[in-house]
Amino acid sequence: MATTERKPILLDFEKPLAELEARISQIRELADDNDVDVSVEIRELEARTVQLRQEIFSNLSPLQRLQVARHPRRPSTLDYIQAISDEWMELHGDRLGFDDPAIVGGVARLAGRPVVMLGHQKGRDTKDNITRNFGMASPGGYRKALRLMEHADRFGMPIISFIDTPAAYPGLEAEQFGQGEAIAYNLREMFRFEVPIICSVIGEGGSGGALGIGVGDRLLMFEHSVYSVAPPEACAAILWRDASKAPQAAEALKITAADLRQLGILDEVLVEPIGGAHADPLAAADTLKSAILRHLEDVNRLTNQQRQELRYQKFRAIGVFAEASA
Amino acid sequence: MSLFDWFANRQKSGPISKERQEREIADGLWSKCEACGVLTYTKDLQANQMVCPDCGHHIRVYSDERIRQLIDPNTWLPTDTGLVATDPLKFRDRKTYSDRLRDMQEKTKLLDSVQTGVGRLDGLPVALGVMDFRFMGGSMGSVVGEKLTRLIERATRERLPVIIVCASGGARMQEGLLSLMQMAKISGALQRLQTAKLLYIPVLTHPTTGGVTASFAMLGDVILAEPKATIGFAGRRVVEQTLREKLPEDFQTAEYLLQHGFVDAIVPRTQLKPTLARLIRLHQPVAAASTLSVHLPEVRPLSITTSD
Ligand SMILES: [Zn+2]
Repeated sequence: MATTERKPILLDFEKPLAELEARISQIRELADDNDVDVSVEIRELEARTVQLRQEIFSNLSPLQRLQVARHPRRPSTLDYIQAISDEWMELHGDRLGFDDPAIVGGVARLAGRPVVMLGHQKGRDTKDNITRNFGMASPGGYRKALRLMEHADRFGMPIISFIDTPAAYPGLEAEQFGQGEAIAYNLREMFRFEVPIICSVIGEGGSGGALGIGVGDRLLMFEHSVYSVAPPEACAAILWRDASKAPQAAEALKITAADLRQLGILDEVLVEPIGGAHADPLAAADTLKSAILRHLEDVNRLTNQQRQELRYQKFRAIGVFAEASA
Repeated sequence: MSLFDWFANRQKSGPISKERQEREIADGLWSKCEACGVLTYTKDLQANQMVCPDCGHHIRVYSDERIRQLIDPNTWLPTDTGLVATDPLKFRDRKTYSDRLRDMQEKTKLLDSVQTGVGRLDGLPVALGVMDFRFMGGSMGSVVGEKLTRLIERATRERLPVIIVCASGGARMQEGLLSLMQMAKISGALQRLQTAKLLYIPVLTHPTTGGVTASFAMLGDVILAEPKATIGFAGRRVVEQTLREKLPEDFQTAEYLLQHGFVDAIVPRTQLKPTLARLIRLHQPVAAASTLSVHLPEVRPLSITTSD
């Protein structure tokens, strides 16, 4: 997991918190040097920091949530897999000539039972991000995911997928090798699998690139994660003809977990540690693990046929329209 | 119309004054091909399914015209015609989604960007969906998702082949994630159609991009495309920005997709109906007779003589 000793990366709305924290350490140093007791003042300031953090994080705007969701220290798929599984082994390759590092997956044991875990993988630093293409998968990535899910289905292992991508990679080769076909194929096949499928949006859910591993019996989402039909920046450029209108677009697109719960798309919103998942990755992993296990237990009670039927009905019911008698 | 008829018509009309011609263009009597600039009698152009007789350019046609071109006269039964979008997000960009919908409905006389129904294609019963690019760029929201899903479900129940003529810029942003989820919904219905072993043929027309490409456009048992249609997932400009260099001329064209193995055939519009009919018949254990006059070379029965 991300180590806490590293210098924190501040988001702009966290600045007041940083200022408070700086003042606390300043007072502490001064007090140490002059040998005076400031414990009362410090306690007060600390209490104010906690309160302020709570206030800030419970009132984030959609665009601020997008910043938290894209936070470079936000726990990634590999972080969560390592934190929640008893043991795991990564498997590689789509068996068609590619091993896309933007999607990782493998066999694992979760609370004693065999599962297949997979997800988008963003880099943990700049170099890693270049290798992993910032978590933007190519057709080979979606086909690797498909191969792993077929493996899971064959061996009766539940599929646990983690969504964290800005978008499917919009590159020349990606188009040439059938980005659209690769995603489409996964959408259809994920309805065919008999094993339980639990999907969780851990960071950014970017459009078709997210959905390509996002069809399941349950869809969970962390409270500061976002899931959007199009990147707010692109949406602003197209609909407002002005990319700087991204905040308005983020607001209008209804990309937050609370909004999506209301639209009937999510099954559960997972509460994050105060300050976001990156403030306490292990606590976030605990929340995620217990939610996955709870939902797994639920869908495990069903027969394969019931599960497939309910999965179909779950998506069948999504959509809002009126119908006049024709 | 045969090429000869067209030629005769063109000669019949003879030379006309420039003024008269301009007036007649304005009246819609004549149409100018956007590719080669040649003027054609609109009636002749329509008879040729809006394919320029001079250069073969496929002029964009919309859902009503498509249905006329594909479905036998008096056999079209439109389905789910009362479905209408409701602006669940109260979306507003420079204009509200509600206003946009109303304007589009007035302009196109359509309720949304797809028409669905059942009918006969060369006598064969089919379920047909036709997207209409005029209506908000053929974008897919809840109504498109629901209408196509119902069409596929009906086809599964009634054991009909499904044809969807695609023309779309992708998911409709004004309905947010609800639009994205329609990709999954339709793909789920297609999974059931496939399990029922029924034929599905998408026809990719200009343009087929984004979420439509990443779902039902690419899930055909057989995939057909119109000549030179733009077909792709990411927009060309986005790819160009990623790449920071010019893309090949034929990038994301029907021809490019054929070359890379993602479509089965490029079919000129004038051949689309007979091709679809032929494909459907080729999947029937006993072929129903065609009513179309397709001139195929006579096939001699193979006779085997056994020597005794
Ligand atoms: Zn022409």
